[in-house]
Amino acid sequence: MKLEDFSIFELSYLLKKRQIRAVEIVERYLSIIEEKNSKLNAFISVNERALEEAKRVDESISRGEAIPPYAGIPIAVKDNINIKGMETTCASEILKGYIATYDATAVRKLREKGFIFIGKTNMDEFAMGSSTEFSSFGPSRNPHDPERVAGGSSGGSAVAVASGMAQAALGSDTGGSIRLPASFCGVYGLKPTYGRVSRYGLVAYASSLDQIGPIARNVEDIAILLSVISGWDENDSTTSTMPVSDFFEYIFENRDRETYRIALPEEYWGEGLSIEVRKVLEEFLGFLKMNLFKIEKVSLPHTKYAIPSYYIIAMAEASSNLGRFDGVRYGRRVEGRTFREMIENTRGEFFGEEVKRRVLLGTFVLSAGYYEDYYLKAQKARTLIINDFKNIFREYDFVLAPTSPTLPFRIGEKIDDPLKMYLSDIYTVSPNLAGLPALNIPVGFSNGLPVGIQLIGNYFSENRMLKFAYFVEKEYSG
Amino acid sequence: MMDVVIGLEVHVQLKTKSKIFCSCPADYTKDIPPNTHICEVCTGQPGSLPVFNKKVLEYGVLLSLATESRISKLIRFERKNYFYPDLPKSYQISQYRAPLSYGGFIELKSGKRIRLQRIHMEEDAGKLVHVAGETFIDFNRAGVPLLEIVTEPDISSPDEAVEFLTLLRETVRYLGISDGDMEEGSLRCDANISLKPEGEDRLGTKVEIKNINSFKFVKRALEFEIKRQTEVLKSGGRVIQETRLFNEAKGTTESMRTKEEAHDYRYFPDPDLVPIEISQELIDRVSEDLVELPLQKYWRFRKEYGLNDERASILKSDYYMAEFFERTVKFVGNPEKVANWMTVEITGILRNVGKELKETPLTPENFSSLLKLLFEGKISRPAAKSVLKRALEIGEDPIQLIENEGLLQSRGDLSPLIEEILRSHADQVKDYCNGRKKIISFFIGQAMKITRGKADPVELKKIFEEKLKDACKGLD
Repeated sequence: MKLEDFSIFELSYLLKKRQIRAVEIVERYLSIIEEKNSKLNAFISVNERALEEAKRVDESISRGEAIPPYAGIPIAVKDNINIKGMETTCASEILKGYIATYDATAVRKLREKGFIFIGKTNMDEFAMGSSTEFSSFGPSRNPHDPERVAGGSSGGSAVAVASGMAQAALGSDTGGSIRLPASFCGVYGLKPTYGRVSRYGLVAYASSLDQIGPIARNVEDIAILLSVISGWDENDSTTSTMPVSDFFEYIFENRDRETYRIALPEEYWGEGLSIEVRKVLEEFLGFLKMNLFKIEKVSLPHTKYAIPSYYIIAMAEASSNLGRFDGVRYGRRVEGRTFREMIENTRGEFFGEEVKRRVLLGTFVLSAGYYEDYYLKAQKARTLIINDFKNIFREYDFVLAPTSPTLPFRIGEKIDDPLKMYLSDIYTVSPNLAGLPALNIPVGFSNGLPVGIQLIGNYFSENRMLKFAYFVEKEYSG
Repeated sequence: MMDVVIGLEVHVQLKTKSKIFCSCPADYTKDIPPNTHICEVCTGQPGSLPVFNKKVLEYGVLLSLATESRISKLIRFERKNYFYPDLPKSYQISQYRAPLSYGGFIELKSGKRIRLQRIHMEEDAGKLVHVAGETFIDFNRAGVPLLEIVTEPDISSPDEAVEFLTLLRETVRYLGISDGDMEEGSLRCDANISLKPEGEDRLGTKVEIKNINSFKFVKRALEFEIKRQTEVLKSGGRVIQETRLFNEAKGTTESMRTKEEAHDYRYFPDPDLVPIEISQELIDRVSEDLVELPLQKYWRFRKEYGLNDERASILKSDYYMAEFFERTVKFVGNPEKVANWMTVEITGILRNVGKELKETPLTPENFSSLLKLLFEGKISRPAAKSVLKRALEIGEDPIQLIENEGLLQSRGDLSPLIEEILRSHADQVKDYCNGRKKIISFFIGQAMKITRGKADPVELKKIFEEKLKDACKGLD
C-alpha cells in the first residue's frame, strides 16, 4: 500500500504510533509534486518550509510532547485563500508577488489542528472559469488525460488530490468550482451550506455564492476537513451559529443502513446530458434502486433561470469585489499620468480576458436603469429557485443530479466560446444560488475518464450527506 | 425676486471607540502616526470582510429619536462603487434603499421645521496627504463611522442653513455621539441650492456645493452661489446642473463636474453584511440616553428664567454650560445676573484662553459661592472678575483665591482710608470743588490701589462723594 492511499485518520494514527514520520509523509508528497507537477500544473507555489515544519512535528513526537490531531498531514490550498506570509495570486497577473498579511479563518483552523500547507494550487483567474484554462500560469491538466481539462475553477486542487500531490485540498465553489473539477478528476468535492465555513481570507469572487470546501480522495478525509473548517466566525457575519458536529465521528458511528428518499429533477436529466455521462450515472442509479431507496422523478420548474441568474449575480458582485485591485495599495501597477489612467493601465494590463468580461458585464447589470431589469430580476429568480428546493426537501432527503453534462473536454475546446463554457456549470449553479450543500461523488469512468454524481442536501445536512456518500464509497465505488 | 431653495447633506462623524466594520481604534487625529490604526479590513486587503459595530447603530438610533425620525424595522448596507485612491475597497459601505431612518425634522427658532429625508450610516474614507509634491494616503480615517443626514429642500436662506447646522451640531454634542466640529472635519456639509421665481412651485436647476469646511464658509458659499445664479438668470442664461467646489481663499465656487460627468455608483446590497432588524427593545434602551434638546432648552430658559434671546442662545449652545447655569441658579437665584456673568464674563475669558468651561476648576458650587459673596457685597465686582479670570486662566480654585489674598471687604473700615486720601491730596480736592468732578475716579483709583482691589468701587464712589461734599463746604 502506498502512503498516499492512507486516509488522514490512518496517517495521523501511524504518526502517533511512531510507525511513520511526518518528514516521510511530506517528502513523499514533495517527490510526487516533483515528479508530476511540471506536467499537470497543479501548483502555483510550493511551501518551502513544509519539510521544516514536518521536522518540528517529528521532534515534538520524539520528545513525547502532545501534538495536534492532524500534525504533519500535507494539505494543498487554492491560491485564492490566504496563508499568512505566502503569496496569494488568484492566478492573476495583478496579484503576482502579493504576500498575504493574515491567515484565512479556514487556514487558521487547519493550522491549529496541525496540518501542513504543502502549496497553493492553480485555478481560473479569480475563480472565474470552469476549466482552469483562464489561469495566468497556464491550464492545469487532467491526470486521467493530460490533453483534457481538469475542470475549474479549483482545478489545481482537484488535480493535486487526484494525482497524489497532496493528501487533500481546499477549494472554493461559487457556481461549481469545487464539484466540477472533482468530477473531472474523479475525487470527492464538497461545497458546504452557505455560511457553514467562514469566507474570511477567501479572495471574494461573488460573496453571496462563494464557499470554501474540501476536496479529497475519500469520504473520511472530506468529513475530517469539514469538521475542522466549519463554524461561526466573528470575522464573517454570514457564517451560521449552527453548532458543528464532528462529521468524521458521525459517519463512523452511524453505519446503519437507511432507506433514503431521493429526488431526480427532470430538468437535470434531460437532453443536455451527454450519453457517456448518462450511462455511468444510470448504472449508479440502478445500484441505488437495488438498495430499495425510494427514487422518484420530480420537477424543479425554475431551473431554467439558474444559469442566467447565476451569471448576473456573480458578475455583479465580482465587478464590485474586484474594484480593490486598483494598483494603489498592493499588487502590481502600471503607472499613468493621472490616477484614472494608472487604474485603467493597471487593470487593462493585468486582468485576463475572462475577468474583464465578467467585470464589464457586472458593471453593466448594476448600472442605473438596468439594475431593476437584471440584478433585481435575477434575485427574484433566485428566490423562486430556493422555493423549488424547499418544496422538494419537504418530501425527499436528497436531490441527485449529474455534476457535469459532459466528460472532461479537451484543452482549448471551449475557451473561445464563453457561453459554451458557462453551460459547463448548468447542473452546479443552483445549489450556490440556494445556498445548499452539494457533494461530488465519483461513481465510475467512461472512456477512461471519471464521471461524478452530484448529491444535493438540505441546509446543514452535511452529516447525512456524508453518511450517504460513505455508504456509496464502501458499497459501490470501493 | 427669487426664492432660494437649499437642501443639505451633512456628515457627522461618530466618536465610537472602534471603527464601523473592524476593531481598529476610530481615533485618527493629528497626533496619531499615519497608518497605525489600520488592519486588513479597513485597508481592503483581499479576502477581508466587514463586521458591523453595533455601537454605531445605537448612536444612529439616538439621533433618529432626537429628530423624531421614523426608524426602519429592517435595514441593510449597500455598496457605493467608485474609484478613488483613498477608498480602499473601491466601494464605500453605505446605505441606500433601506436607510436607518427617515421623515424626521429639526425645528428652527422661528418654528419652521426643516424636514429630514433620511439618516443613514456609512464608513469614512482614508485621507490624502500631500507632501513636497508627492501624495500619500493615511488610512487611519478609513472605516471611521459616519451618519449622513439629508434634509428636504426646506431651507430658504443662508442664515437658516447656518441655524440648522448649529442646532444639528449642538444636538449631536448634547447626545454625546460626535464632536460636531466642522474645522476638524467631524461635521461636514454639502449643500444643494437652486433659485426659482417667487411663488413658483417648480424647483429650479440645482447646484451641489462641496468642500465647505466651516460655519463661516457655509454662509459665504451659499451667498456667493445665490449671487452667481441670480446673475446668470438675470442675464437670461440658464443654471446648469453641476457640482461646484467652494474656494475658501477666493470665497467663490468653481465648477468641478457637470451632470453628464456624474458618477453612477451602482448601489447594490452588500452581500458581506446581513440585514439588521431593529428591535423595539433596542429603541427603548437607546431612548433612555435622550436628553432635553438644544431648542427645547432654549425656550425653557427664556420662559422659566426670563432670559433674552442672546443669553438663552449662548447658554443652550453647550450642554455643560447650560447645566452649569441651572445648578448655579439653584444655589444663588438671580438667573439674569448668573446668565450675564456666564455669557459675558466667563464666555469672554474662555474665548481668550481657548478653553472650555468643563476644562476649568470652576464648578457651579464654587461659582455660586463667589456670586453669593458678590451679591452680599462681601467682595467687589472687580475682585470677583479678577478671581474669575485667574480661576479660568490659571486653573485656581476661586474661593481659595479669595481667602489667600484676603479679598473680603469690610464696609465700615473705608471711612478712615478715604479721609486719609483726601487729606494727602488737598490740591485734587480743590480741583474737584472747583468743578472737575471727574477727578473722583482718581480718588477711587487711589483707594483701590491701597485696598488691592478689595473695595467695591461703587461703594467707594458713594462715600467719596459724601466726604468731598463736606470737604468743599469747608473750603467755601
